[in-house]
Amino acid sequence: MQNEKEKNRQEFFEKLEQKGITRRDFVKFCTFLTATMGFSASYVGQVVDVFAAPAQRPPVIWLHMAECTGCSEAALRTMYPWIDQVLLEIVSMEYHETIMAAAGHQAEDNLHAAMTKYKDKYLCVVEGSIPTKFDGAYGKIGGRTFLEIARETTKHAMATICLGSCATHGGPQAAAPNPGGYKGVSEALGIKTINIPGCPPNPINLIGTIVNFLLMGKLPALDSNGRPLFAYAHTIHDKCPRRSHFENGEFVTEFGSEEAKMGYCLYEMGCKGPETYNNCPIVKFNDGTSWPVEAGHPCIGCSEPNFWDTMSPFFETL
Amino acid sequence: MGQIITIDPVTRIEGHLKVEVEVENGVVKDAWCSGQMFRGIEIILQGRDPRDAPLFVQRSCGVCTYVHYLSSVEAIEDAVKVKIPDNARIIRNLLHGAQFQHDHIVHFYHLHALDWVDVVSALKADPKATAALADNVSQAPWGGASYFKQVQDRVKSFVDSGQLGPFANAYWGHPAYKLPPEANLMAVSHYIEALRVQANAAKLHAIFGAKNPHLQSLVVGGVTCAADLKPDRVAEFKYIWKETQEFIKNVYIPDVLAVAGFYKDWGAIGGTTNFLAYGDFPQTGEGPSSDLMPGGAIYKRGFTDVQKMDEKKITEHVARSWYEGKKDLHPYKGVTEPSYSDYERGGRYSWIKAPRYDGKAMEVGPLARVLVAYGKGDPGVKKLVDDTLAHLSIPAAALFSTLGRTAARALETVFIGNAMEGWLNELVANLTKGDDSTYTPWEMPNSAMGRGLNDVPRGALGHWIEIDKKKIKNYQYVVPSTWNLGPRDAKGGMGPVEEALIGTPIADPKRPVEVLRTVHSFDPCIACAIHVIDPNSNEVYKVKAL
Repeated sequence: MQNEKEKNRQEFFEKLEQKGITRRDFVKFCTFLTATMGFSASYVGQVVDVFAAPAQRPPVIWLHMAECTGCSEAALRTMYPWIDQVLLEIVSMEYHETIMAAAGHQAEDNLHAAMTKYKDKYLCVVEGSIPTKFDGAYGKIGGRTFLEIARETTKHAMATICLGSCATHGGPQAAAPNPGGYKGVSEALGIKTINIPGCPPNPINLIGTIVNFLLMGKLPALDSNGRPLFAYAHTIHDKCPRRSHFENGEFVTEFGSEEAKMGYCLYEMGCKGPETYNNCPIVKFNDGTSWPVEAGHPCIGCSEPNFWDTMSPFFETL
Repeated sequence: MGQIITIDPVTRIEGHLKVEVEVENGVVKDAWCSGQMFRGIEIILQGRDPRDAPLFVQRSCGVCTYVHYLSSVEAIEDAVKVKIPDNARIIRNLLHGAQFQHDHIVHFYHLHALDWVDVVSALKADPKATAALADNVSQAPWGGASYFKQVQDRVKSFVDSGQLGPFANAYWGHPAYKLPPEANLMAVSHYIEALRVQANAAKLHAIFGAKNPHLQSLVVGGVTCAADLKPDRVAEFKYIWKETQEFIKNVYIPDVLAVAGFYKDWGAIGGTTNFLAYGDFPQTGEGPSSDLMPGGAIYKRGFTDVQKMDEKKITEHVARSWYEGKKDLHPYKGVTEPSYSDYERGGRYSWIKAPRYDGKAMEVGPLARVLVAYGKGDPGVKKLVDDTLAHLSIPAAALFSTLGRTAARALETVFIGNAMEGWLNELVANLTKGDDSTYTPWEMPNSAMGRGLNDVPRGALGHWIEIDKKKIKNYQYVVPSTWNLGPRDAKGGMGPVEEALIGTPIADPKRPVEVLRTVHSFDPCIACAIHVIDPNSNEVYKVKAL
């Protein structure tokens, strides 16, 4: 068993190296991911194995409801593992309208075949919220309402992961006066979900959740909003690199000002960091390139429930 | 009546789209496009702080994630009469250029290619012959027999696992697929590589825009990334821009030409009649007159006679959409109330409205832009187009087609990508002489109206805002996919995609890959296309539940 695992590992690293990724880079990524998930360093080896030696690729059914596809796009930006590795070697993406080759009734057939074949064993990822007015007539796929499709598909999922603030709490279309009666998945269907909010969420928080599942055989610990604690335990404000400016009373009061150029605190510009739980300042976006506060824009609180109403006007001080 | 074929869902697009065609004697005789979702962002905007509008409307689309953000900010800037600093204009151009680079790569490889490329056939390819082919047509940095063998093995072990995932149950083996196995293997390899290229290219947005998708660094008056105007950030941008542009020149363009060479018959399929571009990429503070991609209107394919674009000629029809009313109105006056009924081909059948220009359906997007620039004699665009036509030995008339549309998209990516280097140099020159201004202060007027007109990856985009008592009174946007994917108008005139589908040959009605080719060539974005404007009340929703 140990030898088999070691062999798989070796083959995996050879493949990676052929692709120009050194073993060191890869272990570095896994260390980062392990830390993001809040595990101790002793788990790094096991995280490596999740990618290097998966037993069977877990089936994923990914539903698009009322959304903008920004969460799918965010997932496409994952690096280490790259999205081609996720799609070809880590999970089995049984249904995903944005990338699947099949169309029309053949696409529908794929959905039904996966639901039957992997009954109670697939992960259901939902992107987007569900219109409930008029029995859900405001959103349809293949002649069926989103409501009907989501109810049926989540019923026999091993777990339902709501990816993004639309799926978790309804999104912009659910903001007042909510003309379509849009709701988050948990509320619309009355089911328990794992919630990865954000507009869009950082892909590392999705990958972290899936890896946690593959590694431990269970989903990560969640807070009272269903959010994985490894990502959503602290406020933006608590981890913000501009925090010392807040403590020193050094604030930006106009965009483009000398204070803005010096990277002072954005609290007075309306930053919602003090009331927003997320790991943006730690992991940042697009392979750690930047995040809103680094780009001089106040946080808009996009991972908090109903932030479109509760956090706006976005440029007014909390 | 011929046989009706329904494709629902149309996959590999953004959003929820249903397409129906009527086929007679193996050819499409009639067509209907139907948007299948309604969200109502404009209703939600009413009464809110205008400064919040760009963040809301940005969420129309996470694919063209930058464009509504930009148009909305510009509509408010037009209303409040603020002129942004030169650096803000340059940074916006750079972010917009990066959107084109990223979007068009993803469209060609991940949303469109599988209409032309048979993944299963790639398993039969000879890796050595593939390497020889690749050396001949492309300057890709990956190649050689061992590379293609690895890719083939990777795909094979994927197929052998029995878990085919996104490649399951497509139209593989369909007689309309014309590429030899080696060309298929080359294209599949580049499909996989492009997944990484796009993730890397998206960093361009993060550098001056915080993140991608859904950038967060524009504000009315300029940009917020004042602290990022430093040599290390500029260099980072330049390096990733260069890598992306090299991929576009050395891989994307050669792949498009190589694939097109096998599908020249598609140079006579999928064309439309009229074209509209608003123009974009202001080269100076003078605005649209300095646009890199010029605006204009073309009637009846007369691209040597480009007309001046006049925004007043735009109206939207709802006679065949699920909204109250029958009259066509200018966006500033738009009144709409959702009113869902059954799907009726002879009646109302879509959540998308039907915009018209001068009463005519207009195709918008890469082909419209390239034709307008070509017709106006832009030397850079002219050379790219002429070289491509010569390379493929096809006449200019072949531009009015599915093939022409896909080629135009690739060509404008090169053209805009090339211009980005100049903008970077301008930014550096400004910073060098000590100009690091990024924002102009302004004040919210009590009441005002404004518009933002842009040309974005999928075509002409307009946002219109009316401010009253410092709040949003009315907001509306008419987006590219509304133009292209809209239904019939009050007079029964078809939308551009519907028109383009007429005459398409269908080899096997059960597997209509030919329909997908033309629909995908427009790069539909349906979440953007559907929204509703200015209902003074929300109570009258007539919905017949199915």
